[in-house]
Amino acid sequence: MTHPDENHDEVDHDRRRFLTVTTAVVGGAGVVIAALPFIESWEPSARALAAGAPVTIDISKVESGQMVRFAWRKLPIFVVNRTKEQLADLPGLDPRLRDPECKETSQQPAYCQNTWRSIKPEWLVMIGICTHLGCVPDYYGQIKPEPFDPEWKGGFFCPCHKSRYDVAGRVFDGVPAPLNMVIPPYHYIDDVHVRIGVNPKGAA
Amino acid sequence: MAAAPDAWKPKNKALAWIEDRLPIFGFMREHTVEYYAPKNFNFMYFFGSLALLLLVNQIVTGIFLAMNFNPTSAGAFASIEYIMRDVEWGWLIRYMHVTGASLLFVVIYLHMFRALMYGSYKQPRELLWVIGMLIYLALMAEAFMGYVLPWGQMSFWGAKVIISLFGAVPVIGNKLVEWIMGDFLPSGATLNRFFALHVIALPLVLLLLVVLHLGALHTSGSNNPDGIEIKQHKGADGKPLDGIPFHPYYTVKDLVGVGFFLLLAAFIIFFQPTFFGLFLEHDNYVPANPLVTPAAIHPVWYFTPFYAMLRSVPSKGLGVITLFAAIAVLFFLPWIDRGKVKAMRYRGASYKIALAIFALTFIWLGKIGIGESTWIGDTYIARALTAVYFVFFLFLWAYTYFGWERTKPVPERVTMHE
Repeated sequence: MTHPDENHDEVDHDRRRFLTVTTAVVGGAGVVIAALPFIESWEPSARALAAGAPVTIDISKVESGQMVRFAWRKLPIFVVNRTKEQLADLPGLDPRLRDPECKETSQQPAYCQNTWRSIKPEWLVMIGICTHLGCVPDYYGQIKPEPFDPEWKGGFFCPCHKSRYDVAGRVFDGVPAPLNMVIPPYHYIDDVHVRIGVNPKGAA
Repeated sequence: MAAAPDAWKPKNKALAWIEDRLPIFGFMREHTVEYYAPKNFNFMYFFGSLALLLLVNQIVTGIFLAMNFNPTSAGAFASIEYIMRDVEWGWLIRYMHVTGASLLFVVIYLHMFRALMYGSYKQPRELLWVIGMLIYLALMAEAFMGYVLPWGQMSFWGAKVIISLFGAVPVIGNKLVEWIMGDFLPSGATLNRFFALHVIALPLVLLLLVVLHLGALHTSGSNNPDGIEIKQHKGADGKPLDGIPFHPYYTVKDLVGVGFFLLLAAFIIFFQPTFFGLFLEHDNYVPANPLVTPAAIHPVWYFTPFYAMLRSVPSKGLGVITLFAAIAVLFFLPWIDRGKVKAMRYRGASYKIALAIFALTFIWLGKIGIGESTWIGDTYIARALTAVYFVFFLFLWAYTYFGWERTKPVPERVTMHE
């Protein structure tokens, strides 16, 4: 009985290279697949997802011109009872805004793609998170000159990087934030109760 | 490092027995007593060994902090207060860790500035510089995650802002942010994974990088304030004429630096541990609240130059690109600067002026980044300074590529000021 190598003094380099490459490719694929569970373990867990249930808020105590914060999915929900003056100034701001007509559909449900970005004109319901880097902007509701804008018509100012939004959460041009603030899905249960996280019946 | 038959051997029989099986003493000797460093080191050469000292300080104090820290969103803030008030000497260990972190950045910035002064990033030390930059990057990640752990207001909002930077990545940005946080905003999941990275993953990476950094250093040998390769002038014994053994000469010199440095560190730890709100920010003594952003939000002082750049650019995507480019450009320094003369003292006058302007720009950006943020003028100054920061590299390239630099003759041997 002879050892197979005795008949092959010369090394078959092509064969060796083929085996090296295929072993490396298969092994590499294995490493990638084995890494997936570790990478996916960083995704929001089932518990974090379950915490995203809808909430009902009571807006009966929000005075005209006032803003109240609620929480949904641990996100700040701004509810503003806008005055007639604030609403009247909205169309006039269009030339100074980045997306005055709210064409970016990811930033609001279709039923809020209007001038005031809400179901009822006076009631703004919005996720109060700056679209720049996620800070919570402050509400500067009064129509008066502010240090950051002499022609201020009321709105939101982000203290982190000075982004400005009007009182419908539409972003001004020339600030770091790229998009209007997000309007969550919501609907009215009755005149004073709003369900956040669920679209109105019939709306997509 | 396999020991040759005629290699050095410990005289003690027991040690010689070990050396035959594991040449550890020969290795230590090769990198201390037999490692020749230029004899003209000056003050700027203290900071490498001080950085190593601080790394050890961070690891030791960090281990003891981890024994009492509770990495959950409900318990983290309270456990820090517990360490400060109830754990025996807990306050000292925490202040050593916090002060150590800031001082590590002081030392690293001076260490990097030394490299700019004397051209220590130039051939043959390009890789040494690149590894050093990787250490700087790992340190930034390590410091950021450590900053998040106390789960105060600045921790939470710092985490939110920095993680949101990744949201600027096209298409996958938002998914990426969610993936890093493990939730829709910084939460217990984020805190817990940052703790794991802060105490295990990044320290391991840092230690590995430090070993590689020292390995690269000991391969090419240390640069010096004259920017001369001491290996080019060796005596009959094969030792560099302008070099002296690292041990005992520089170990003793470095000990003087360590003594002086510890005096300063102790003064801060005992008398001004928050360092006027720079090392420990007042807002971080308020528990994290996802619904309210603090009025003035800014990172710790060592990130503020880059933060000022981010804030001055009126576009999210471009702002983030500017921020990362400001760090990335440093990696390419060895190839941007084509000048053959290393040390500042023999380089053209314009280089010295440009370097001074660059250093002042960096400091000024840091000052703007940390300041109250409502004055509109700061934005324009920060924009100008950001431009100056990048123009420095452009100038450096043009200055050396087109041969505009008028250098002075470099001496053959190192100069001593006696």
